[in-house]
Amino acid sequence: MQSPRFQDVQVGDKLPPLRLPAINRTTLALYCGASGDHNPIHIDIDFARKARMPDVFAHGMLSAAYLGRLLTGWVPQAQLRNVAIRFTGITHLGNQPTCTGVVTGKYEESGEKRVKVAIQCANQYGEQKLLGEAIVALD
Amino acid sequence: MADKSMIGLGLGKGSIDVEKGRLRFFAKAIGETDAIYTDESAARDAGHPGLPVPPTFLMCLNSDVSAGVDRMGLLKLDLARILHAEQAFDYHRMAYAGDTLHFETTLTDVYDKKGGALHFCVTTTRVTNQRGEHVADMRGTLVERRG
Repeated sequence: MQSPRFQDVQVGDKLPPLRLPAINRTTLALYCGASGDHNPIHIDIDFARKARMPDVFAHGMLSAAYLGRLLTGWVPQAQLRNVAIRFTGITHLGNQPTCTGVVTGKYEESGEKRVKVAIQCANQYGEQKLLGEAIVALD
Repeated sequence: MADKSMIGLGLGKGSIDVEKGRLRFFAKAIGETDAIYTDESAARDAGHPGLPVPPTFLMCLNSDVSAGVDRMGLLKLDLARILHAEQAFDYHRMAYAGDTLHFETTLTDVYDKKGGALHFCVTTTRVTNQRGEHVADMRGTLVERRG
């Protein structure tokens, strides 16, 4: 992968967005198995209804993994220094997540050139579901 | 609910082998299209010794390590009222299939918001590899909705 260079990256630059297909029950079953997060609220509608939710809903960490893909699609993973995410909304069945990022800062720290990126995941209606920040090192 | 006197409480520690089959399963589950996460020759061509552990998968390994720990019980939380509020990762070095990673999780903060309607527990996990090298730190915030 060709990493962007520090000198070529400017505050305000957008990362190539990552658009995902609609979340369905298979998506959630696969993520349940692969992640080891077996919380029934994401796969068992009976449990979800007892918890007063209308249906199962997506693991927050599934969308977090999509944000990870957004970042590793932009820079090699070894250059990732920090990712901090807030889960601001529930991702429902049928939602089509889109992950976006924008460069918000350039600085030097710990002897390397670093870039701060505001990241978010929203559905097809523009409703924000995850909001976060990442720090990557660039040459 | 937890209280501040419980800060420092151990919430599980242990080691786990990173299996390449599990990494491929995870890659499928998140729709990963970059071959370095599924194809060892592509990973090596990109300079990696094996399939990389993707950024958020460390959480999954940690939940396996702590599977025998009744975290909800220790924190006196109701699973049906719990939401994951925040998750942060500090990365110090890459981890790969074939590594044995060690995870140690402690309760590092407890606080309420909205007059106690929202109850927060913060856990911190230190991740090291089989050479004792510091791989990452993870910080998770759980919120319990009350009332």
